Parts: sequence; C-alpha cells; structure tokens
Amino acid sequence: MLSKRIIACLDVRNGEVVKGVHFEGLRNAGDPAELAARYNEEGIDEVVILDVTATLENRRALAETVGAVAKRIFIPLTVGGGIRSEDDAAAAVEAGADKVSLNTAALTNPRLIATLAARYGSQAVIVAIDAKWVDGRAIVYVRSGQHGTEREAVEWAREAADRGAGEILLTSIDRDGTRQGFDCALTAAVSNAVDIPVIASGGAGTLDHFSEVFIDGCADAALAASIFHFSEHSVRTLKELLRGRGIPVRL
Amino acid sequence: MIALIDYGAGNLTSVRKALSAIGAEVEVPREPSELDDAMAVIVPGVGNFQSTAAMNNRWRQGILDVVGRGRPLLGICLGLQWLFEGSTEAPACQGLALMTGQCDRLEGGVEVSAGRSWPLKIPHVGWNALHFPRASRLFEGLEEGSQVYFTHSYAAPVTTDAVAVTAHGRTFASGVERGHVFGVQFHPEKSGDAGLRVLRNFLNAV
Repeated sequence: MLSKRIIACLDVRNGEVVKGVHFEGLRNAGDPAELAARYNEEGIDEVVILDVTATLENRRALAETVGAVAKRIFIPLTVGGGIRSEDDAAAAVEAGADKVSLNTAALTNPRLIATLAARYGSQAVIVAIDAKWVDGRAIVYVRSGQHGTEREAVEWAREAADRGAGEILLTSIDRDGTRQGFDCALTAAVSNAVDIPVIASGGAGTLDHFSEVFIDGCADAALAASIFHFSEHSVRTLKELLRGRGIPVRL
Repeated sequence: MIALIDYGAGNLTSVRKALSAIGAEVEVPREPSELDDAMAVIVPGVGNFQSTAAMNNRWRQGILDVVGRGRPLLGICLGLQWLFEGSTEAPACQGLALMTGQCDRLEGGVEVSAGRSWPLKIPHVGWNALHFPRASRLFEGLEEGSQVYFTHSYAAPVTTDAVAVTAHGRTFASGVERGHVFGVQFHPEKSGDAGLRVLRNFLNAV
C-alpha cells in the first residue's frame, strides 16, 4: 500500500541552511548537500529546498545548491521560494529539481500552473498554500504569509488542482514555528476536497504530531524542518513509531 | 553508449544523473540514425500517453530496429506503458506493442490496512511496494516488498510479462520483462538504493 511520506525541508540562504542544525559527524552542518545526504541515509522520502531569499545573486547560488544536493541523493527533490516565471522554474529543473513549488506566483498568475504542467508534467508542479484561520475561514496568505487575500484555502486548492497542480503543499501560518502540532482541521478540509496529494506543513514539534496529521488530518505527506535538523528525533525513529501505529511508511 | 530518448515531454536530468552515478555512458541522440551505435535504449517518460506520439514513425522504427538487433530496451514510467499496445488515455495513439494488453486508468476509492481505512488518491504519488511473482533479471537482489517512487494515473495490466506488481486500488504491472525488453512503472532514478539497483541490473543485461 502507498506509504505516507516524510519530507525534510531545508531553508536555504546563500547556499547555507539557515535554521539551526546540529547533527553530529557532519563536516559542515549548514551545508545542504551534507544534510540532504544524511536525511537520505536515515530514510527521508523527499527533500524540499526552500530559498528564503529572492535576490538575483542568491538565485544563482540556489542553482549551485540544488545541483550539489541533486548529485548526492536519488529521491524526489523539490525547489521552492522565489519561483515566479517559467524561466525560474526551468532554471530549477535544469539544476536538478524534480518538482517546483509555486506560491505567490500561482495566485497572481494562475496560468503559470498550466504552463509548467504542460512543459514538465503535473507531477513536477506543486502549489504551496499558506493559510490562516480568520473568523472561522481558512484564508490564503501570500508574500511569505504577510498579506491576506480574498481566497479560501479549500477553494484555491481545488482550482490549483483543476489547473494542473500535481500536489498541494499546505502550510498553517497559525501553527508554523509553534511546535504545537499540525493543523489537522485545515489539512483534512483541503485533503478531502482534492484528489491530488496534500503535504501538511507547519507546527511539527513531537513525533505524535505526525501520526495525528496522517490519521486526523488525512495528509498524504508531512513536511518538517527543525524537528529533524536538531536531530532530536531521527527520521527512522519517527517511521518506526508510525508503523507501530498502523500507518504505512517506507522503512 | 546507452541512448536516452528525449521526446520533448519531460526532463532527462534526473535519469541522466542516476545513470552516470552508476557509471553508464549516456547520450541523447538527435536523430534516429544515431541509434545505430546504441548498446541499449532507455525511454523515460512523463506526461500523457499521447506525448509519445512525438515519437514519429522514424523514431519508432529506430527503436524497434535496436530491439530487433537484440539490444536491451528499458521503458520508464510512461515508457513502460508505451511497450504495450495502447492506452485508454489516448485510444488513437499506438504503443510499441512489444507486449500484449492495454493500459488503463487507476481507480480511486478506499484501502483498508491495519484496521484503518485510507483514501486512495489518483494520481498514485509516492512510495509503494514491489511484489515479485517470479524471479527476473531486472529485480535481482531486491527484497520482496522493496519500496520505490511512483507518480502516474494510468497503469499496465498484469500479464505473464509482469515481473513486479504493485497494488493501488487494483494490482498493476510495476515491472515487466520479456527477453531483452524491460519496463518499470516507477522512477528508478528517484527510488534511492532500490532504484539504482534496478538500473544496474538493466546495465548488466547490456
């Protein structure tokens, strides 16, 4: 049966992973390629590189980073952050990305979803949705969660899927960085509304949070950054726990 | 030289990278005539069955000629489906017909495992298990239940050519082998060590 995926996110700036990292035995804990290789050995299912800067200079650095990571791991690699045009996506793909993640650009220029799906296939196009609860409605936010829009997450996810997105990466702004757990209500609402897989993000603090988001949140995959970076819990420990609870994983 | 066919429907970077990591010499021929020197052919694939229509008759014949000379062929993802006679995804488009049967869309629903029910989404995206109905060259050294990375909505039928099968709703052929014609529905270039082993096994057949 299809496994629930565990995805590690590397927030990268100027070729370095920016969230704190302390893995023992790594030559340079901030080096994305070293970190990706380590996660790969531990059994991570996918890696996402998120460019947290967006200047032209940094984008060149990003291509180098993507290339270095792609050389080390043979599992799906997604690149997101600052992908605004077909050219940006092409640069990421040429550098070795298997999928690109669109966020603000998908909302401001929804035709980009179909353009990229036609060029690379839907499986290569992820639409990232950052959502926040406002008066009982899950509202889509853009520009790194700074600006609220008129759109609701469920309705935008449906449209993105119709336009050719292959997956939805759903981040709860309310939970991001809180370590209080994924937003299962938000995730389930979106996951049950679309046929394409939904990756839950934001709020992972304990291993229990992952089983909650798979069971209560109906997530197809769960993404986290710092819980793995700090090596409090290895990917393997997490997957063993999930398997013990009847959740299908790749071990 | 291993010829990697580019029919303009996708990105060859990952396949090329994985093949060079295991020491294969890969070229992307621009003309079917360049297939004459090929020791083996790999047809990767993403997208719609119809995108293989970009493989016009010259390419199609070129690939069949290579196979006719006894050189191994590996179809990946859509490339596996293309080995069959056709697909309901594009009924007007003919496959290579090196294997009998039609490819068809997977169906969603619910799957029950360990007392819980899980929704079956289409496309089938992620890591799923391989089961081996018989021994094969392609899957030599892989453990029963090894997981590999899939991303597809259509799949090939289980026939006597199936050497690996996977279940997502129905059971489909995730690996096929007949003589020196091979196919995998998953992405070996994205399937970690298990995937690299499958690519190595193919190269051993060359």
